Amino acid sequence: MANLYQSLELILPEIVLSLALVVLVTSDLILHKDKRLIPYIAGLGIAVTGAFVINQFNFSGFAFQTSSNTLRNYGMVAVDPFGVFFKLIVIASSILIVFFSYSSEEINKTIDRLGEYYALIFGMMLGMFFMITATDFILIYLSLELLSLSSYVLSGFTKLRDRNSEAALKYLLYGAVSSGLMLFGISLIYGLTGSTNLYVINSLLQVNSFNGFTFSFAVILVFAGIGYKISSAPFHFWTPDVYEGAPITITAFLSVASKAAGFALLIRFIKTTFVSFVDVNGAWALIEIFDWKTILVAISILTMTLGNFSALWQDNLKRMLAYSSIAHAGYLLLGIVVFSNQGLIAMLVYFVIYLLMNLGAFLVVMLVANKIGSEEIDDYNGLGYTSPLLGISFAIFLISLTGLPPTAGFIGKLYLFIALVDAKMITVAVIALLNSVVSLYYYIRVLKHMYLIRATESTPAVVSSFGNKLLVLIIVIPVLVLGIYFSPLIDFAKRSITILGL
Amino acid sequence: MVGFPILSLITFLPVLGMIAILFFPKEQVKPVKYLSLVITAIQVVLAIVLLSNYNYSAAGVYDEKSFQFIEKFRWINITGLSWLGNVKIDYFMGVDGLSTPMVLLTAIISFIATLSSWTINKSVKGYFALFLLLDAGMMGVFVALDFFLFYIFWELMLLPMYFLIGIWGGPRKEYAAIKFFIYTLLGSVFILLSMIGLYFSTTETLADGSKVYTFNMLAMMNPANSTQDGILSILNPNNLRFAAYIALFAGFAIKIPMFPFHTWLPDAHVEAPTPISVILAGVLLKMGTYGILRINYPMFPEITRQLMWWIALFGMINIIYGALVALAQKDFKKLIAYSSVSHMGYVLLGMASLSTSGINGAIFQMFNHGTITAMLFLIVGVIYDRAHTRGLNDFGGLAAQMPVYTGFVTVAFFAAIGLPGMSGFISEALVFVGSFGVELTRILAMVSTLGILLGAAYMLWTLQRIFFGPLNEKWSSLTDLDKREYAMLVPLALIIIFLGVYPSAMLDIMNTSVNSLVNFVSGNIDSLTISGL
Repeated sequence: MANLYQSLELILPEIVLSLALVVLVTSDLILHKDKRLIPYIAGLGIAVTGAFVINQFNFSGFAFQTSSNTLRNYGMVAVDPFGVFFKLIVIASSILIVFFSYSSEEINKTIDRLGEYYALIFGMMLGMFFMITATDFILIYLSLELLSLSSYVLSGFTKLRDRNSEAALKYLLYGAVSSGLMLFGISLIYGLTGSTNLYVINSLLQVNSFNGFTFSFAVILVFAGIGYKISSAPFHFWTPDVYEGAPITITAFLSVASKAAGFALLIRFIKTTFVSFVDVNGAWALIEIFDWKTILVAISILTMTLGNFSALWQDNLKRMLAYSSIAHAGYLLLGIVVFSNQGLIAMLVYFVIYLLMNLGAFLVVMLVANKIGSEEIDDYNGLGYTSPLLGISFAIFLISLTGLPPTAGFIGKLYLFIALVDAKMITVAVIALLNSVVSLYYYIRVLKHMYLIRATESTPAVVSSFGNKLLVLIIVIPVLVLGIYFSPLIDFAKRSITILGL
Repeated sequence: MVGFPILSLITFLPVLGMIAILFFPKEQVKPVKYLSLVITAIQVVLAIVLLSNYNYSAAGVYDEKSFQFIEKFRWINITGLSWLGNVKIDYFMGVDGLSTPMVLLTAIISFIATLSSWTINKSVKGYFALFLLLDAGMMGVFVALDFFLFYIFWELMLLPMYFLIGIWGGPRKEYAAIKFFIYTLLGSVFILLSMIGLYFSTTETLADGSKVYTFNMLAMMNPANSTQDGILSILNPNNLRFAAYIALFAGFAIKIPMFPFHTWLPDAHVEAPTPISVILAGVLLKMGTYGILRINYPMFPEITRQLMWWIALFGMINIIYGALVALAQKDFKKLIAYSSVSHMGYVLLGMASLSTSGINGAIFQMFNHGTITAMLFLIVGVIYDRAHTRGLNDFGGLAAQMPVYTGFVTVAFFAAIGLPGMSGFISEALVFVGSFGVELTRILAMVSTLGILLGAAYMLWTLQRIFFGPLNEKWSSLTDLDKREYAMLVPLALIIIFLGVYPSAMLDIMNTSVNSLVNFVSGNIDSLTISGL
């Protein structure tokens, strides 16, 4: 019992989140006339969960240990600074999404179903939280499904347009296939090793020899499930359609939070299952059964190149940002492919920055869509003059996404390239840099429409409320400040690289 | 030495101005213009103060003690038990004989360009805000001594330039702006990569004896700071120094622009508004050659010595090719743009000789080309403002109609040709003296002299087509220069003539540093005497 009590204490944030979900559903039933209170309840729930997450910082421990045997005393859930970092990413993006939803016309049109909407977001968050901490295939699969099922519904939530339902259906079909593949992979690994716990599998891999082909095949299948969540090539095909069709708040949420959970899972999976030890320089020694390095380098390059080149031709900004987020998944993978703590720091830093600039870009697109009901690039003509703050902010977000100084995006890229050069992976660094030159073209194209082309008389001016302007500023200021002074962010990332190991 | 941080002030003053301008109401056009003028005028004053406190015998280049007006403090300092993610970046500024002429040039050209911007009527507030940001970026590049800081400034001016061409430019402005942006970014990503490589190959010893990686440019020049296994370390036998040299050189060559990377320049110049052409030709192009002198030369001396002939060859190609293409132009502005390509070739040729007179000539040519080409673009602007055409064959006989204007044009043209008595003559002569003196580049230098002939041909032909012959009746209503145009052209003409008669005024500034650079790159370190302040 003491063990169970301890375990429950370790998953307090998840418990609080579930309670908040219950409160949300209940209050949805009570407030069936007036739903205006729901966003506040949701925001409060996230804030309280956030407080519990912060409380866990600098703390490590296993919850739900499967056996009392001291040698195999690993749990299903690992609480460590790395997990807390990604939970905070999820919390931060969720809070922003609540604000986004509050001012989104699209969501406000379906105000009578607001309770469901937030309940599903909480469902996603719960799935993400468990994905971030799970160290057992069973829990990994369950949390992945919890996240997926909630997001399938949300991506078709508003039902305002046909493409809404198309998005949901596509998402569901792709998701079903990839989670099926993953499940098959898990069963193969279980068949080979006799365990679903990542730590147990790791210790078995270190001493026993397994059939390399079968094992690699199984790992690739598992990766299919994760790769689908982070939308890395070749599992990215759903991304543009779903991102374009889903309500923009959900698109933004998927592009950041869902991706964060996927990356956290991927890193934890690789680190706990395949790394035998970490040397003094922070490099990870991989167990030789599966060549992660080659596979991930190839996937990373493929992902960013496909993402960037496809984005070149997009006229719909949501779709363009979808491809851009695919490309960014490629950059983020670069932080993993060096297999060192240095790379991990770079990746964590990049993720915080990615959260800010990507959500910022989606926010601007949403505010514009609120007024003119379109995301086509031609409708952005002259936006820089009719709505100076939105224009300048959007420009800053896009420049940051390109990775030019003095914005935060440059610091993110700099750290990634520092990690790559340190690992002597020059060719990969050159390819990634050339990719960022390509990306300039489509990001700058938006700037061209906003500033170089004048608005026609018929375009309505986009005037935002004070609250929305404040929200934009809250995101744009850190993007600028972190570009010039980034010490606190790096310190934070440095303290967050501890992944509970053997 | 002066009692205040003069380099920070001269760099960030325009940024303060930009922020102030953003708070002006949109209708207030005049105050915005005057504020920009005052700010750039203060920059000129600061540059003069800097010059009057300048120590002519301090070398700089690789020796921190003999740099002047140094400002140095820790900017980013990420420490911790594990070295991972640790970065130390200095806010490190200082000037020596290589950068001081460029600081002067930037201040002067920015001021003149502000005057020339008076005719801008579209989104005035935005224009001057971007203009001042560009100014800050250019100044920063020339005074930064920390590679990270240098890179930030280097990239900082891309975006303002994109908008300045793209919003206020001519008919094909969008194309020209994006072409400029993509080209330059392509170059700068290679600079970025080499910068990170150099960072991992250089350590700095701190006060407590520990060694940390550093972005300090001067530390990067000293082989004693090389790490054992850094990828660009001179001690590492498998180093990639040659590749990094080419990457850096290409990054800078795009800015110069060196053949075959020059194709963005004519587009950018033709589409840009006059003041931006002035800035582009006057200052921006110099950042390329400055970067090579500041970074490629002292950080990779052994490769520089190896590639001297190639640099000279590209210099020669620039000279001849630029001049030949200029001969074929029908557009006045495009002609000046290609003459820029040709004239920047002299800088490359002089640099390649690796001799004191050659490099002195190169830096002097950078300054002179800055002033002369600025004047030429202003001249094009004057005629374009009045006639709304730049076709060389559309005019004729303007000498009678606009005598004063024709006078200034003649000064600028003769300076560009390199007529004795004008500043261009001295620098080109020094370049040729330098490159003739070195056996390796002698033949290339001889071929390059053809460029002078071609230069005279296209310049004099242009003079004849526009100003002599019978007056085209269409232009009988053109007026001569107004007061503002005098204010732009007179200072430049004075500088050109003054430096033609008394070149030591400029050469003395750079001479000590150039000597030191030449000795350093040639490997004669033993013979060096490190001068104190």
